[in-house]
Amino acid sequence: MSETIVIAEMNNNTIHPSTAELVAAACALGAEPTLVVPCTDAGAADSAASWAGISSLIAAKSTAFENYDAAGWASALDAVMPQGTIVTGASPQSKDLAARIAARRNLPVVQDVVKIDGNQVTSPVYSGKAMQTVALGSASVVSVRFNVFAPVQEGGQNSVSVVDTTGDVATSVQEFMARASERLDVSEANIVISGGRGMGSPDNFSHLEAVADTIGAAVGASRAAVDTWEAIPHSMQVGQTGKTVNPNLYIAVGISGAIQHLAGMRSSRYIVAINKDADAPIFKHADYGIVATWEEALPVLQAQFQSMMG
Amino acid sequence: MPNIVVLVKQVPDTNAKIAINGQTVDLSAVKMVMSPYDEFALETALLHKEAAGGEVTALTVGGPSAEKILKDAKAMGVDNIVRIESSDSMDTNALQTVLKEAISGLGAEVVYCGKSAADTGAGSTGPGVAERLGWSSASNVISASFDGGLSVTSPGKGGNVRLSVPLPAVVSCDKGSFKVRKANIKGIMQAKKAAVDVRAIEAPPSTATVVNQSLPPAKPAGKSYQGGEAAAEVAQLLRDEANVL
Repeated sequence: MSETIVIAEMNNNTIHPSTAELVAAACALGAEPTLVVPCTDAGAADSAASWAGISSLIAAKSTAFENYDAAGWASALDAVMPQGTIVTGASPQSKDLAARIAARRNLPVVQDVVKIDGNQVTSPVYSGKAMQTVALGSASVVSVRFNVFAPVQEGGQNSVSVVDTTGDVATSVQEFMARASERLDVSEANIVISGGRGMGSPDNFSHLEAVADTIGAAVGASRAAVDTWEAIPHSMQVGQTGKTVNPNLYIAVGISGAIQHLAGMRSSRYIVAINKDADAPIFKHADYGIVATWEEALPVLQAQFQSMMG
Repeated sequence: MPNIVVLVKQVPDTNAKIAINGQTVDLSAVKMVMSPYDEFALETALLHKEAAGGEVTALTVGGPSAEKILKDAKAMGVDNIVRIESSDSMDTNALQTVLKEAISGLGAEVVYCGKSAADTGAGSTGPGVAERLGWSSASNVISASFDGGLSVTSPGKGGNVRLSVPLPAVVSCDKGSFKVRKANIKGIMQAKKAAVDVRAIEAPPSTATVVNQSLPPAKPAGKSYQGGEAAAEVAQLLRDEANVL
């Protein structure tokens, strides 16, 4: 397994910085990768020109990359990528793309990889209740979780090859529905603060929002909160039947830590738990556990964050 | 009238404790159920039939024990239930090749599946099968409408997007606004008598093979504090010790 290819994680025609983690993951799997940047404007690839660890840098330019369509992206990327093992991010969109490209090339795909050892890759299964290690016997496609691999550093000199490509876009956008709030989605944020039924009422989520606005976090919720209060939408739900998140920092407030919830957040890098019940299971998974009601702890947390950020 | 297929998979109950025996997960004491997202797919498939007519076939790959979830699907209202015989573990390439053959054999025009299975959590099946069939696909769908062609809503980067999806297509379903119906007595009685159509399809060899399964490494004990005032210290440590702010 020598040849590797990384598909850059994109956001509004710019390379998401986490792509540097994917390059590091590809180096662990084999040779220094070809980094392919799906874009509508080739200037998007420039931000990776100074990265170390890349053997070549391709700006794959196509109108197919304007909106996400699995068939369109897979066909447009397949046309410009060499053969080899392909690495993508494990965002919902990139996992979808990884599966589609793997099928296009008749390769197996392993999703949500958190560890690489030679040709063996490990990912969580059964909602993180177990880990599974798979040996890749030939070229494969793997999606890699963010905040796991140390990113490659600056220090390279890569020239950008611009390659025009076309894709067979199948679906068409009828309507973009902007979010009700400007706030980040839990699956996209690097910091998430979530509330559970311990918040007492949906109105009290405004206190979580205040903290979130101070530190640039997304606001999430437990399944219990979503099921109990109609005002808390399913799009906020973190856990087994909601979203799986993997942020740098996860703050759980008034959440007991049911197995359902842990499934969606246990791989976060740092976990803070605030709960009035000292025996709540969430504390077993917390790096910092505070036994207190949210009414006692949140104002203090908010004030300290404000003085630090100010 | 569309010929609709819904893919269903048998997985451990999501509340079950997972035990390891040697190098692999031991599921012998675990209750097996239909993967939760597949229930949303099943509901969407039945809504599609109610809006546009046609037939719904529930399809699974597995051993005889997987027939229980097919009977559950029958009780909820699908017309046909099909199991592809399988005992070996397959990588995604092998499994999707089998599914592609099965779906082609059923003459389907639209396939619904869960956004991911509760055991692997991977979500590869929907988009992978679509690519192999040369069909369009939409994933993580939270609502669907069937008037004047299939249109679905799914979260994109920056907000939700409503897409029109040309058939044939594979659609993977999230929880979203789908309310899963309950089986009624008549359905349950019919399901008891229903015959499972069992078929055999040759799978290509798997190249990605499971080496071992283990419990996740235990997390070292964290710092614990009493009382809300400690939040100030924790905030400070998040910057100075954890370096995440």
